Amino acid sequence: MSSLKQFIRNVRASKTIADERAVVQKESAAIRASFREESGDSNVRRNNVAKLLYLFTLGERTHFGQIECLKLLASPRFADKRLGYLGTMLLLDENQEVLTLVTNSLKNDLNHSNQYVVGLALCTLGNIASVEMSRDLFLEVEKLLGTSNPYIRRKAALCAMRICRKVPDLQEHFTEGAKALLNDRNHGVLLCGLTFVTSMCEADEAEGGEEGIVEIFRPVVPNLVKTLKSLATSGYAPEHDVTGITDPFLQAKILQLLRVLGRNDSATSEQINDILAQVATNTDSSKNVGNSILYEAVLTILDIEADSGLRVLGVNILGKFLANKDNNIRYVALNTLTKVVAVEPNAVQRHRNTILDCLRDPDISIRRRALDLSFTLVNAQNASLLVRELLAFLEVADNEFKATMASQISIAADKFAPNRQWHVDTMLRVFKLAGAYIKEQILSSFVRLIATNPDQQTYCVQKLYASLKEDITQEGLTLAGAWVIGEYGDALLRGGEYEESGVMQRVTESEIVDLFTTILNSAYSSQIASEYIITSAMKLTTRLQDPRQIERIRRLLQERTTDLSVEIQQRAVEYGNLFNYDQVRQGVLERMPAPEIREEQRPFGETAKKTSKHRKLKADQQTKADDLLDLMGGEAPEPAIHTNGTSQANADLLADLLGGSSAATTTAPSQSRPAAQDIMDLFGGNSSGAAQPSSAQPSLNLNNLLGGNGGDSTSKAPTHQAYSKNEISLSLQVQRSAAGAQITARFTNNSNFSRFSAVGLQAAVPKSQKLQLAPINKSELDGGEEGIQQMRIAAATGSLPSKLRLRLKVSYTKEGGAPVTEQVDWTEPA
Amino acid sequence: MAIDYLILLSRQGKVRLAKWFKTMSPKEKGKIVKDVSQLVLSRRTRMCNFLEYKGLNSSYPGFPVDLYTDTKIVYRRYASLFFIASCASTDNELITLEIVHRYVEQMDKYYGNVCELDIIFNFQKAYFILDELLLAGELQESSKKNVLRCISQQDSLEDMETSDEIVKRLDAMGLA
Repeated sequence: MSSLKQFIRNVRASKTIADERAVVQKESAAIRASFREESGDSNVRRNNVAKLLYLFTLGERTHFGQIECLKLLASPRFADKRLGYLGTMLLLDENQEVLTLVTNSLKNDLNHSNQYVVGLALCTLGNIASVEMSRDLFLEVEKLLGTSNPYIRRKAALCAMRICRKVPDLQEHFTEGAKALLNDRNHGVLLCGLTFVTSMCEADEAEGGEEGIVEIFRPVVPNLVKTLKSLATSGYAPEHDVTGITDPFLQAKILQLLRVLGRNDSATSEQINDILAQVATNTDSSKNVGNSILYEAVLTILDIEADSGLRVLGVNILGKFLANKDNNIRYVALNTLTKVVAVEPNAVQRHRNTILDCLRDPDISIRRRALDLSFTLVNAQNASLLVRELLAFLEVADNEFKATMASQISIAADKFAPNRQWHVDTMLRVFKLAGAYIKEQILSSFVRLIATNPDQQTYCVQKLYASLKEDITQEGLTLAGAWVIGEYGDALLRGGEYEESGVMQRVTESEIVDLFTTILNSAYSSQIASEYIITSAMKLTTRLQDPRQIERIRRLLQERTTDLSVEIQQRAVEYGNLFNYDQVRQGVLERMPAPEIREEQRPFGETAKKTSKHRKLKADQQTKADDLLDLMGGEAPEPAIHTNGTSQANADLLADLLGGSSAATTTAPSQSRPAAQDIMDLFGGNSSGAAQPSSAQPSLNLNNLLGGNGGDSTSKAPTHQAYSKNEISLSLQVQRSAAGAQITARFTNNSNFSRFSAVGLQAAVPKSQKLQLAPINKSELDGGEEGIQQMRIAAATGSLPSKLRLRLKVSYTKEGGAPVTEQVDWTEPA
Repeated sequence: MAIDYLILLSRQGKVRLAKWFKTMSPKEKGKIVKDVSQLVLSRRTRMCNFLEYKGLNSSYPGFPVDLYTDTKIVYRRYASLFFIASCASTDNELITLEIVHRYVEQMDKYYGNVCELDIIFNFQKAYFILDELLLAGELQESSKKNVLRCISQQDSLEDMETSDEIVKRLDAMGLA
């Protein structure tokens, strides 16, 4: 058997990866062989386990050595135990079966006479305790929490923290002991005690504070304030000094616990104000250590019910951080200011220029924070200035930022545009710079913007045409360009000359057709782009004059009748046939009507808001859609809709069709097909008329009836409203099964035409349960739309209670408003 | 300010020490090591010591659900080694940096001018120091002196056992 040192040397001496593998495999085999020999010599075993740990560090498989590790634990020798516990912590985790074998060793060692053996056991328990272990050993830990030995006491405190996290019910056994820890004079014990108490308080808060843990610990506040004061004002204390500051770790921990205790409690906050002001003004900010305390103090100031002077002090510290040369400090400042914007907008606006400068920082972490913060700063007064800066940044931004930036800029432009011209220009620029990252909603809102502004149409079509001639690689730009050229091709030709990079250019019919041909034949033409261009080219046949060009388009379509994509093929064939009906072609290919204001198209917008139960609303809409279908004389709209090539679910489409203009824009290209357009017309024409009778009559019977048969099987599960405010509502639908409960959370935008972005839900369940939360399927909601987020709850042990309880964090940004995050506690109604 | 994991990484991307305070499957650990190594190694000097990393989304069984799937990587380079710690995105990253620094100081004192080779050949000791400094991802002792004293006392406990054993063997051979 070679020694550990020799093994490490051999691995390091390997010149190639293959050599290294050979060495590792040979040694690994030798270790197994040695294990099989079952030598009783603990020196051999220790040597083997040490090598095993080296293998673990290399990322090799080590499962075969778990049992040997456990054998070391049973040895009376300290060296064996020390390595054995190290191996146990590294090689095992709480989910391993063999862990149950450790419990007995731990129990013995927790009662050992040597403090270091007890320390090893506590350390292991604190790092990898499972639920069963916690239950089996909490009494030992509780006892150790009260010993006179500070070395054991502090380890027991952190161990207790782990136990309480694993099994929250055990908390009550520890509250008294924890309280005593907060009066401890030993820094290490106090530090661990603070950590433990903070953890308990936060866990209880997350549960809704029903155990009242925070109240239990509020009385210690004066004591904590006193300790913090003596730390903050003490002179040089060699034992705990870090570059001139006495025990920054302890100071930070105290500030953290004060934050938890002072949150939402003005009396406690009152007690803390003075010391916070003292720490915030007196801490030396020349070194990282001092800044870490200042930062912690600022976080506490912002979180508790601090008086306004103190808040200003806090924000000013962040302002100073922002001007710091150290990138770390600036990062922290940018990160924290984002939280401050909502409460102190003006204080943050003052630092606008510095923040914008950070957008150009070479460090991506800084850029990312600065970008987030910049978007929160945009308002009606500074929109043109800030958006210009952001557009300049978009030009050089990392690709990963572009999608978010494109969406955020267009939202900002939509909200705060000083005039139409500016809005259009901004959007054109976004498409030019980040065309490949444009989301569908942005595209459709841009198209809507152009369609509703007749005086901008010529300008837009010229601009997009020019951009497209320069660059056909960006899909978003291609789609927007194709749509606009198809609709307003005549305006493009009539507009005559336009300026392109200082030179006046003429548009000719052949050039337009050339452009389309180039795109279609290029590698950049995606399926959707081809669909758009084919429809657009068809529209052009009624807008061009030159018969030769029209013939070219006909041939272009002809080529596509053998396209591999069925959708494109079908369009090409149908459009080709349309050439035989010249009398209808003109009418069919007319310009799309400008999408109307949504409100008029949403006759049941009002009733929707009134029906508080979401499911009813959904069923309502669905059956009204059915009504409409009936009215259309049984002509099934679904196939027609599907051929539009939009991938939206049917239900969404129906909602959109009923809800308004977004459908008109997203499906626009293919609406030129006669059948589809007829259907659209029918919808457009009938929707208001048809829906009125049923919405005007608040007929409950009808609703119930609809609720009964409307929808799929999942809608049979009960639905509960959990949140409704600011025109957005959240309903939860619970479906139980043997494995747990499946909850469908549905966000509905009840407004008519406000857009909500960054809609999402975070959730927490009591510790006895486990939660899986899927991301929301749609975080940007236009009027009437809904986003769905799925959760699965399972019991950690036993079965789920009859009433589920959830703590929800609902967050969203309403168009024109600041981001909102609200906490809601929800209990399942009986 | 709990630390989820601590990784010591060489400039060549080799892991020298890895301690996981959060339960994760080997697969997740592998992914994290790979992603994080790549992120950290591509950073240039003078950039800030923080990185944002999404990827830790396993919910710790029994823990309050992870409200923040975003995690923050706090790293710092000391000579040829990167010290990489992960914490929640709401944590105080400046103090986390101090904790990492404290660990380095303690090793420096213990090994005497620590270098990468010390940690490679005596990695158990590096873990022992870490276990006296952090428990469950939390700092357990803020006095440098105390931590080192505990380590050296445990070391001498081992030495004593070894010499006892030698004496015993000599005894058995009838030499003592």
